[in-house]
Amino acid sequence: MLALSDYLVLSALLFSIGMAGIFLNRKNAIVLLMSIELILLAVNFNFIAFSSFLGDIHGQVFVFFILTVAAAESAIGLAILVVLFRNRGSINVGDLDTMRG
Amino acid sequence: MIEKIIFYVFAAILLAAATLVITARNPVHSALSLVLAFFSSAALWLLAEAEFLGIALILVYVGAVMVLFLFVVMMLDINLSVLREGFARYLPLGALVGVIMVLQMLLVLGSAEVDLGTLSTEAASASTEPNNIRLLGSVLYTVYVYPFELAAMVLLLAIIAAIMLTHRRRGGTKHQDISAQVRTRKEDRVRMVRMPTERKNDS
Repeated sequence: MLALSDYLVLSALLFSIGMAGIFLNRKNAIVLLMSIELILLAVNFNFIAFSSFLGDIHGQVFVFFILTVAAAESAIGLAILVVLFRNRGSINVGDLDTMRG
Repeated sequence: MIEKIIFYVFAAILLAAATLVITARNPVHSALSLVLAFFSSAALWLLAEAEFLGIALILVYVGAVMVLFLFVVMMLDINLSVLREGFARYLPLGALVGVIMVLQMLLVLGSAEVDLGTLSTEAASASTEPNNIRLLGSVLYTVYVYPFELAAMVLLLAIIAAIMLTHRRRGGTKHQDISAQVRTRKEDRVRMVRMPTERKNDS
Protein backbone atom coordinates (compact mmCIF):
# COMPACT_ATOMS: atom_id res chain seq x y z
CA MET A 1 0.00 0.00 0.00
CA LEU A 2 1.37 3.36 -0.98
CA ALA A 3 1.89 5.96 1.68
CA LEU A 4 1.57 9.71 1.39
CA SER A 5 5.26 10.13 2.14
CA ASP A 6 6.14 8.21 -1.05
CA TYR A 7 4.49 10.87 -3.14
CA LEU A 8 5.91 13.69 -1.05
CA VAL A 9 9.49 12.39 -1.29
CA LEU A 10 9.14 11.97 -5.04
CA SER A 11 7.80 15.51 -5.29
CA ALA A 12 10.66 16.88 -3.19
CA LEU A 13 13.21 15.14 -5.42
CA LEU A 14 11.52 16.46 -8.55
CA PHE A 15 11.42 19.99 -7.15
CA SER A 16 15.12 19.85 -6.29
CA ILE A 17 16.01 18.57 -9.75
CA GLY A 18 14.14 21.51 -11.24
CA MET A 19 15.85 23.90 -8.85
CA ALA A 20 19.29 22.47 -9.71
CA GLY A 21 18.39 22.78 -13.39
CA ILE A 22 17.95 26.53 -12.96
CA PHE A 23 21.45 26.73 -11.48
CA LEU A 24 23.06 24.48 -14.06
CA ASN A 25 21.59 25.99 -17.21
CA ARG A 26 22.06 29.65 -16.52
CA LYS A 27 22.74 30.45 -20.16
CA ASN A 28 20.05 28.54 -21.97
CA ALA A 29 16.65 30.22 -21.62
CA ILE A 30 14.75 27.26 -23.09
CA VAL A 31 16.06 24.81 -20.51
CA LEU A 32 15.28 27.39 -17.82
CA LEU A 33 11.65 27.32 -18.93
CA MET A 34 11.72 23.51 -18.85
CA SER A 35 13.10 23.59 -15.30
CA ILE A 36 10.22 25.83 -14.29
CA GLU A 37 7.85 23.26 -15.78
CA LEU A 38 9.49 20.56 -13.65
CA ILE A 39 9.06 22.66 -10.51
CA LEU A 40 5.39 23.25 -11.29
CA LEU A 41 4.98 19.52 -11.87
CA ALA A 42 6.43 18.83 -8.42
CA VAL A 43 3.98 21.27 -6.85
CA ASN A 44 1.11 19.60 -8.69
CA PHE A 45 2.31 16.24 -7.35
CA ASN A 46 1.94 17.52 -3.79
CA PHE A 47 -1.53 18.84 -4.47
CA ILE A 48 -2.67 15.57 -6.04
CA ALA A 49 -1.16 13.41 -3.31
CA PHE A 50 -2.82 15.39 -0.54
CA SER A 51 -6.09 15.55 -2.47
CA SER A 52 -6.06 11.79 -2.87
CA PHE A 53 -5.08 10.96 0.70
CA LEU A 54 -7.43 13.45 2.35
CA GLY A 55 -10.33 12.64 0.04
CA ASP A 56 -10.70 16.30 -0.83
CA ILE A 57 -11.38 17.17 -4.48
CA HIS A 58 -10.46 20.84 -4.09
CA GLY A 59 -6.77 20.05 -4.42
CA GLN A 60 -7.40 18.66 -7.88
CA VAL A 61 -9.30 21.79 -8.85
CA PHE A 62 -6.27 23.79 -7.82
CA VAL A 63 -4.04 21.60 -9.98
CA PHE A 64 -6.41 22.29 -12.87
CA PHE A 65 -5.88 26.03 -12.48
CA ILE A 66 -2.12 25.61 -12.09
CA LEU A 67 -2.05 23.67 -15.36
CA THR A 68 -3.97 26.48 -17.06
CA VAL A 69 -1.70 29.22 -15.82
CA ALA A 70 1.44 27.17 -16.55
CA ALA A 71 0.33 26.59 -20.13
CA ALA A 72 -0.28 30.31 -20.59
CA GLU A 73 3.06 31.11 -18.99
CA SER A 74 5.03 28.79 -21.22
CA ALA A 75 3.23 30.04 -24.35
CA ILE A 76 4.06 33.65 -23.56
CA GLY A 77 7.57 32.75 -22.44
CA LEU A 78 8.28 30.98 -25.71
CA ALA A 79 6.80 33.90 -27.67
CA ILE A 80 9.14 36.27 -25.83
CA LEU A 81 12.01 33.89 -26.59
CA VAL A 82 11.18 33.91 -30.31
CA VAL A 83 11.07 37.73 -30.38
CA LEU A 84 14.32 37.84 -28.41
CA PHE A 85 16.03 35.54 -30.86
CA ARG A 86 14.73 37.60 -33.77
CA ASN A 87 16.12 40.81 -32.30
CA ARG A 88 19.37 39.64 -30.72
CA GLY A 89 20.20 36.47 -32.63
CA SER A 90 20.83 34.55 -29.41
CA ILE A 91 18.95 33.18 -26.43
CA ASN A 92 21.87 33.45 -24.08
CA VAL A 93 20.61 34.93 -20.84
CA GLY A 94 24.00 36.55 -20.29
CA ASP A 95 23.53 38.68 -23.41
CA LEU A 96 20.49 40.42 -21.98
CA ASP A 97 22.28 43.34 -20.43
CA THR A 98 20.81 46.32 -22.26
CA MET A 99 19.12 47.53 -19.06
CA ARG A 100 22.28 47.29 -17.03
CA GLY A 101 23.06 50.64 -15.46
CA MET B 1 2.01 -4.75 -3.75
CA ILE B 2 1.59 -4.43 -7.50
CA GLU B 3 0.65 -0.80 -6.88
CA LYS B 4 3.93 -0.21 -5.15
CA ILE B 5 5.94 -1.78 -7.97
CA ILE B 6 4.16 0.38 -10.55
CA PHE B 7 4.75 3.46 -8.44
CA TYR B 8 8.46 2.84 -8.06
CA VAL B 9 8.97 1.99 -11.73
CA PHE B 10 7.28 5.17 -12.91
CA ALA B 11 8.96 7.25 -10.21
CA ALA B 12 12.36 5.98 -11.34
CA ILE B 13 11.52 6.80 -14.96
CA LEU B 14 10.30 10.24 -13.91
CA LEU B 15 13.43 11.10 -11.94
CA ALA B 16 15.75 9.78 -14.66
CA ALA B 17 13.91 11.79 -17.31
CA ALA B 18 13.96 14.92 -15.14
CA THR B 19 17.70 14.54 -14.61
CA LEU B 20 18.16 14.14 -18.35
CA VAL B 21 16.15 17.33 -18.94
CA ILE B 22 18.60 19.47 -17.02
CA THR B 23 21.79 17.73 -18.15
CA ALA B 24 21.23 16.98 -21.85
CA ARG B 25 23.55 18.77 -24.25
CA ASN B 26 20.94 19.27 -26.92
CA PRO B 27 17.74 21.19 -26.05
CA VAL B 28 15.77 18.83 -28.32
CA HIS B 29 16.80 15.92 -26.09
CA SER B 30 15.77 17.97 -23.07
CA ALA B 31 12.33 18.57 -24.55
CA LEU B 32 11.85 14.89 -25.40
CA SER B 33 12.94 13.87 -21.90
CA LEU B 34 10.43 16.32 -20.50
CA VAL B 35 7.75 14.57 -22.57
CA LEU B 36 8.78 11.27 -20.95
CA ALA B 37 8.66 12.91 -17.53
CA PHE B 38 5.13 14.19 -18.17
CA PHE B 39 4.02 10.76 -19.36
CA SER B 40 5.30 8.97 -16.28
CA SER B 41 3.85 11.60 -13.96
CA ALA B 42 0.50 11.21 -15.71
CA ALA B 43 0.72 7.49 -14.91
CA LEU B 44 1.46 8.31 -11.28
CA TRP B 45 -1.49 10.69 -11.14
CA LEU B 46 -3.72 7.91 -12.48
CA LEU B 47 -2.37 5.75 -9.65
CA ALA B 48 -3.35 8.48 -7.17
CA GLU B 49 -6.93 8.38 -8.51
CA ALA B 50 -6.71 11.72 -10.30
CA GLU B 51 -7.80 10.30 -13.64
CA PHE B 52 -9.00 13.50 -15.26
CA LEU B 53 -5.86 15.43 -14.45
CA GLY B 54 -3.62 12.59 -15.58
CA ILE B 55 -5.28 12.56 -18.99
CA ALA B 56 -5.39 16.36 -19.11
CA LEU B 57 -1.66 16.42 -18.41
CA ILE B 58 -1.01 14.23 -21.44
CA LEU B 59 -3.42 16.16 -23.67
CA VAL B 60 -2.39 19.64 -22.62
CA TYR B 61 1.30 19.22 -21.88
CA VAL B 62 2.47 16.47 -24.19
CA GLY B 63 -0.01 17.42 -26.90
CA ALA B 64 0.29 21.18 -26.87
CA VAL B 65 2.95 22.71 -24.67
CA MET B 66 5.76 20.30 -25.47
CA VAL B 67 5.02 20.47 -29.19
CA LEU B 68 5.33 24.24 -28.84
CA PHE B 69 8.64 23.78 -27.04
CA LEU B 70 9.92 21.48 -29.76
CA PHE B 71 8.84 23.88 -32.49
CA VAL B 72 10.62 26.77 -30.82
CA VAL B 73 13.77 24.74 -30.14
CA MET B 74 13.94 23.63 -33.73
CA MET B 75 13.06 27.06 -35.12
CA LEU B 76 15.85 28.84 -33.30
CA ASP B 77 19.32 28.32 -34.61
CA ILE B 78 21.09 27.90 -31.30
CA ASN B 79 24.81 27.89 -30.80
CA LEU B 80 25.10 24.99 -28.37
CA SER B 81 28.71 25.47 -27.34
CA VAL B 82 28.08 29.01 -26.08
CA LEU B 83 25.06 27.93 -24.10
CA ARG B 84 26.91 25.02 -22.50
CA GLU B 85 29.85 27.00 -21.20
CA GLY B 86 29.81 27.42 -17.45
CA PHE B 87 27.91 24.16 -16.96
CA ALA B 88 30.83 22.46 -15.22
CA ARG B 89 31.47 25.60 -13.18
CA TYR B 90 27.92 25.75 -11.87
CA LEU B 91 27.61 21.99 -11.36
CA PRO B 92 28.88 21.90 -7.73
CA LEU B 93 26.69 24.85 -6.74
CA GLY B 94 23.60 23.39 -8.40
CA ALA B 95 24.17 19.96 -6.91
CA LEU B 96 24.72 21.51 -3.48
CA VAL B 97 21.51 23.53 -3.65
CA GLY B 98 19.58 20.47 -4.84
CA VAL B 99 20.93 18.24 -2.08
CA ILE B 100 20.25 20.89 0.57
CA MET B 101 16.66 21.30 -0.59
CA VAL B 102 16.08 17.53 -0.61
CA LEU B 103 17.51 17.25 2.90
CA GLN B 104 15.34 20.12 4.16
CA MET B 105 12.17 18.59 2.77
CA LEU B 106 13.03 15.13 4.07
CA LEU B 107 13.71 16.66 7.47
CA VAL B 108 10.23 18.20 7.43
CA LEU B 109 8.64 14.91 6.35
CA GLY B 110 10.54 12.88 8.90
CA SER B 111 9.96 15.15 11.88
CA ALA B 112 7.77 14.00 14.72
CA GLU B 113 5.32 16.88 14.30
CA VAL B 114 4.30 15.75 10.82
CA ASP B 115 2.33 12.55 11.21
CA LEU B 116 1.59 11.22 7.77
CA GLY B 117 0.95 7.64 8.78
CA THR B 118 -2.63 8.28 9.81
CA LEU B 119 -3.65 9.22 6.29
CA SER B 120 -4.50 6.41 3.94
CA THR B 121 -6.34 6.17 0.65
CA GLU B 122 -8.84 3.62 1.92
CA ALA B 123 -10.35 5.92 4.50
CA ALA B 124 -10.46 8.78 2.04
CA SER B 125 -11.86 6.99 -0.98
CA ALA B 126 -14.58 5.21 0.96
CA SER B 127 -16.67 8.36 1.11
CA THR B 128 -16.01 9.75 -2.34
CA GLU B 129 -17.74 8.97 -5.57
CA PRO B 130 -15.88 6.56 -7.85
CA ASN B 131 -16.22 8.84 -10.87
CA ASN B 132 -13.40 11.34 -10.62
CA ILE B 133 -14.51 13.44 -13.59
CA ARG B 134 -18.07 13.83 -12.32
CA LEU B 135 -16.77 14.79 -8.90
CA LEU B 136 -14.39 17.35 -10.34
CA GLY B 137 -17.03 18.79 -12.67
CA SER B 138 -19.60 19.10 -9.90
CA VAL B 139 -17.18 21.29 -7.97
CA LEU B 140 -15.66 23.13 -10.91
CA TYR B 141 -18.93 24.40 -12.36
CA THR B 142 -20.55 25.40 -9.07
CA VAL B 143 -18.13 26.53 -6.39
CA TYR B 144 -15.32 27.46 -8.76
CA VAL B 145 -17.33 28.87 -11.64
CA TYR B 146 -15.83 32.37 -11.45
CA PRO B 147 -12.21 31.15 -11.19
CA PHE B 148 -13.05 28.86 -14.11
CA GLU B 149 -14.14 31.86 -16.19
CA LEU B 150 -11.00 33.69 -15.12
CA ALA B 151 -8.90 30.75 -16.28
CA ALA B 152 -10.58 31.04 -19.67
CA MET B 153 -9.71 34.74 -19.71
CA VAL B 154 -6.09 33.92 -18.85
CA LEU B 155 -5.92 31.53 -21.79
CA LEU B 156 -7.46 34.12 -24.13
CA LEU B 157 -4.96 36.68 -22.89
CA ALA B 158 -2.13 34.21 -23.52
CA ILE B 159 -3.34 33.63 -27.09
CA ILE B 160 -3.56 37.36 -27.82
CA ALA B 161 -0.22 38.11 -26.17
CA ALA B 162 1.62 35.33 -27.98
CA ILE B 163 0.19 36.35 -31.35
CA MET B 164 0.88 40.04 -30.78
CA LEU B 165 4.45 39.34 -29.69
CA THR B 166 5.41 37.11 -32.57
CA HIS B 167 3.28 38.62 -35.34
CA ARG B 168 5.41 40.42 -37.88
CA ARG B 169 3.83 42.69 -40.49
CA ARG B 170 5.97 42.47 -43.57
CA GLY B 171 6.31 45.43 -45.93
CA GLY B 172 4.94 45.19 -49.44
CA THR B 173 1.90 43.10 -48.63
CA LYS B 174 -1.51 44.42 -49.66
CA HIS B 175 -4.02 44.86 -46.90
CA GLN B 176 -7.04 47.01 -46.10
CA ASP B 177 -6.58 50.24 -44.15
CA ILE B 178 -9.97 50.42 -42.56
CA SER B 179 -9.54 53.79 -40.89
CA ALA B 180 -8.49 55.35 -44.19
CA GLN B 181 -11.54 53.81 -45.80
CA VAL B 182 -13.85 55.24 -43.16
CA ARG B 183 -12.21 58.66 -43.15
CA THR B 184 -12.60 59.22 -46.86
CA ARG B 185 -14.80 62.09 -48.08
CA LYS B 186 -16.83 62.68 -51.17
CA GLU B 187 -14.41 65.34 -52.46
CA ASP B 188 -11.56 62.84 -52.55
CA ARG B 189 -13.35 60.36 -54.70
CA VAL B 190 -16.00 62.08 -56.83
CA ARG B 191 -15.18 64.58 -59.57
CA MET B 192 -18.05 66.59 -61.07
CA VAL B 193 -17.57 67.01 -64.78
CA ARG B 194 -19.59 69.52 -66.77
CA MET B 195 -20.00 68.51 -70.34
CA PRO B 196 -22.49 69.52 -73.04
CA THR B 197 -25.17 67.11 -74.03
CA GLU B 198 -24.55 65.47 -77.30
CA ARG B 199 -27.03 65.40 -80.08
CA LYS B 200 -28.27 62.09 -81.16
CA ASN B 201 -26.91 61.21 -84.50
CA ASP B 202 -29.79 60.91 -86.95
CA SER B 203 -29.06 58.78 -89.89
